[in-house]
Amino acid sequence: MLIKNKKTRAALIALLALGTAAAWPRVAAAETVLRIGMTAADIPRTLGQPDQGFEGNRFTGLTMYDALTGWDLSSADKASTVIPGLATEWKVDDADKTKWVFKLRPGVTFHDGSPFNADAVVWNVEKVLKQDAPQFDASQVGVTASRMPTLASAKKIDDMTVELTTKEPDSFLPINLTNLFMASPAKWQHFYDKAEGADAKAKSQAAWTAFAKDAAGTGPWKMASFTPRERLELVKNANYWDKARVPKIDKMVLLPMPEANARTAALLSGQVDWVEAPAPDALPELKQRGFKLYANEQPHVWPWQFSRIEGSPWNDIRVRKAANLCVDREGLKDGLLAGLMVPATGTFEPGHPWRGKPTFEIKYDKVAAQKLMQEAGFGPNKKLVVKTQTSASGSGQMQPLAMNEYLQQALAECYFDVKLDVIEWNTLFTNWRRGAKDPSANGSNATNVTYAAMDPFFALVRFLQSGMAPPVSNNWGFINDPKFDELVKKARQTFDPAARDAALAELHAASVDDAAFLYVAHDVGPRAMSPKVTGVVQPKSWFIDFSPVSIAQ
Amino acid sequence: MLAYTARRIVYVVPIVISVALVCFLLVHITPGDPLVAVLPADASQELAAQLRAAYGFDRPLPVQFGLWLLRALHGDLGNSIATGRPVLAEVMRAVGNTVTLAIAAAIIGFTMGILLGLIAGYFRETWIDKVATSFAIAGVSVPHYWLGMVMVIIFSVQLNWLPAVGAGPNGSNSWAWDWAHLKYLVLPAITTSVIPMGIVTRTVRALTGDILSQDFVEALRAKGLHERGVFRHVIKNAAPTALAVMGLQLGYMLGGSILIETVFSWPGSGFLLNSAIFQRDLPLLQGTILILALFFVFLNLLVDIAQAAIDPRIKRG
Repeated sequence: MLIKNKKTRAALIALLALGTAAAWPRVAAAETVLRIGMTAADIPRTLGQPDQGFEGNRFTGLTMYDALTGWDLSSADKASTVIPGLATEWKVDDADKTKWVFKLRPGVTFHDGSPFNADAVVWNVEKVLKQDAPQFDASQVGVTASRMPTLASAKKIDDMTVELTTKEPDSFLPINLTNLFMASPAKWQHFYDKAEGADAKAKSQAAWTAFAKDAAGTGPWKMASFTPRERLELVKNANYWDKARVPKIDKMVLLPMPEANARTAALLSGQVDWVEAPAPDALPELKQRGFKLYANEQPHVWPWQFSRIEGSPWNDIRVRKAANLCVDREGLKDGLLAGLMVPATGTFEPGHPWRGKPTFEIKYDKVAAQKLMQEAGFGPNKKLVVKTQTSASGSGQMQPLAMNEYLQQALAECYFDVKLDVIEWNTLFTNWRRGAKDPSANGSNATNVTYAAMDPFFALVRFLQSGMAPPVSNNWGFINDPKFDELVKKARQTFDPAARDAALAELHAASVDDAAFLYVAHDVGPRAMSPKVTGVVQPKSWFIDFSPVSIAQ
Repeated sequence: MLAYTARRIVYVVPIVISVALVCFLLVHITPGDPLVAVLPADASQELAAQLRAAYGFDRPLPVQFGLWLLRALHGDLGNSIATGRPVLAEVMRAVGNTVTLAIAAAIIGFTMGILLGLIAGYFRETWIDKVATSFAIAGVSVPHYWLGMVMVIIFSVQLNWLPAVGAGPNGSNSWAWDWAHLKYLVLPAITTSVIPMGIVTRTVRALTGDILSQDFVEALRAKGLHERGVFRHVIKNAAPTALAVMGLQLGYMLGGSILIETVFSWPGSGFLLNSAIFQRDLPLLQGTILILALFFVFLNLLVDIAQAAIDPRIKRG
């Protein structure tokens, strides 16, 4: 239909233009939503201390909550380091190194509007450490206490200053505190007062259950709605204290999808915008269809941890070094793992502040490895039988069976005869705590349990210090080297951050020079996402900052 | 009939207690630490002992079982170790989703199964029978999780007609029988329905063929009864056995499928069981197995009673 009358036509065009202009604000104001498929089978706990390892911290810890200290997640190139969080500065007492003073960030409020202050810090410390505190919750202790093993108590000095006490001098405390998320005491108290229960314990439990459904932290994201095991919806906290980290996206929806193929299909069909750990064999198709792939070296190690008890073949350093030199890690990366690993030459790689300068260079040198084995008395006709306990699957284990079979073949060329003892993941994990001397080791002289290397205790101390042998902690192989003990003590009691890092670097270099583990790979935390998602920075960390992420609708 | 029903209910009691005992023991005799979900790898003995006591795992096994059974009888299956939420609420929510899936799958599977079975039975040894039987064999032979993945690739990834995973759109916290929710049900329901469809087809085909070859059918026809009347007799005679088979299949479906629910991230009891196993969440695992087992036992009870009501010979037996 043609409109011949010029006036009518002009009027219609003007009306159309007005209508379009009127529609603009609505278009511009359209809510931006990012939908993420997690690898977890359930939404990690939302009450402030998440479960499900660091995936829990990534999605329901660092999003809704802050800790006194945090991680710098702004760079993809350098190692993530600890930065101020809800504390702006901290200092150990010169006279008594077990006492720390933390200055708190002013003007921070919880999502429920209540103020963040020293009382809130004391309350949150006591929720996991003080058994007779009303808010004490045993279910949050396990995922917290061991990540800050020396923290003993907290005391308010004034509204914005708090004193923390450790059981022994421990310079690692500020790093460990990244794991203690601050939940709103006022909100919890509200639920506690409303709870019906026979006693204080029942009321406390009811209050935590209610809090998990309607949580309040101080983080950049606020809980909007929560359906256990199905979905968690977070909305941006426009009043977040760090203006540079106010989320760009309005809403983030977290969906548990434990099956890799299901996650990948959901991404390919446009049902989600972002998936963690896509199915490796779908990577070519994802790339071909324009999806973006991110991966970066994580503070994670895939090792063999050697038994050092009497009679273990790994007590000979030549054998330990030979194994480390006999594995073609580049071949493993390019072949079996489709690029999704970083070859490990220690717990920390060059560029990390705790790397140090080891003199033993871990690389692929089969000739040198064979020579070391021959010096140790082994050869083609006299192979060294070693047994390793591993699992068929498990959190962080990458592709344990295939990778161990690769090692089995590689080490065979250096006169090793590797036997594998494959057991269920949780059983392997339990056996890890029991140690190489326990019958559950089933005669194995190495165990293959991956570990996170975010903080010095988790990365080094629990494996190298003699006092950490079972049943205390994870020195599975009963390493008992006075040099390590001395270096651990030195690092723990060095309170200047730069000097502490140098001491840790010394400890790490010593462990590499000792070939304490068979270092094989670091995981790279692969994730895939729609081309609509921009602003992603994947740091060298288990965590990621969702604040700078944008999405085109 | 009343005496028969009462007798059947009394039989259920020892079965239920045995089921409870077996599922309690099964998860306790497996190796590994029951607190692995909350106990970090480097947990001290002191912390481990503290948590073990808090969860009651430090008590003798018979005491743990007694307390667990007593609480279970009062509807308290404890709290999930991993999430702290009450197990009963977790399981009932998941069971609700599985029931939704099972109902949809049963409607598809049983309707198709009865239809194909009757057609195949009436037209035995013809090409129609062969086509229907092929469907039935394919239904019970094809790995259903594989079929699920294939359907996801075709209908979600390639054609983008139906969602690949989940049980409802964003923002929806409960199930509704509208298209926004139903489209999430289509692929998992079809996948779940293929095995019952195959089994029901084969059962109904065999029954129909058998009944049609019996003398009384010839007699009915000889008396001049029209084919619709004969069909009614066939149905009535085939119903008890077909009902038993369908009841059993419904029981399996209500038990949830770990594979199908995981492939489609359908938050049902199979998916919950999968989570409980991987998180080694003992209270959740015990609670889920117990409730699913009870479902199965009571469903069988209902089927037995229904069969007896339809076919008086069963009561006498």
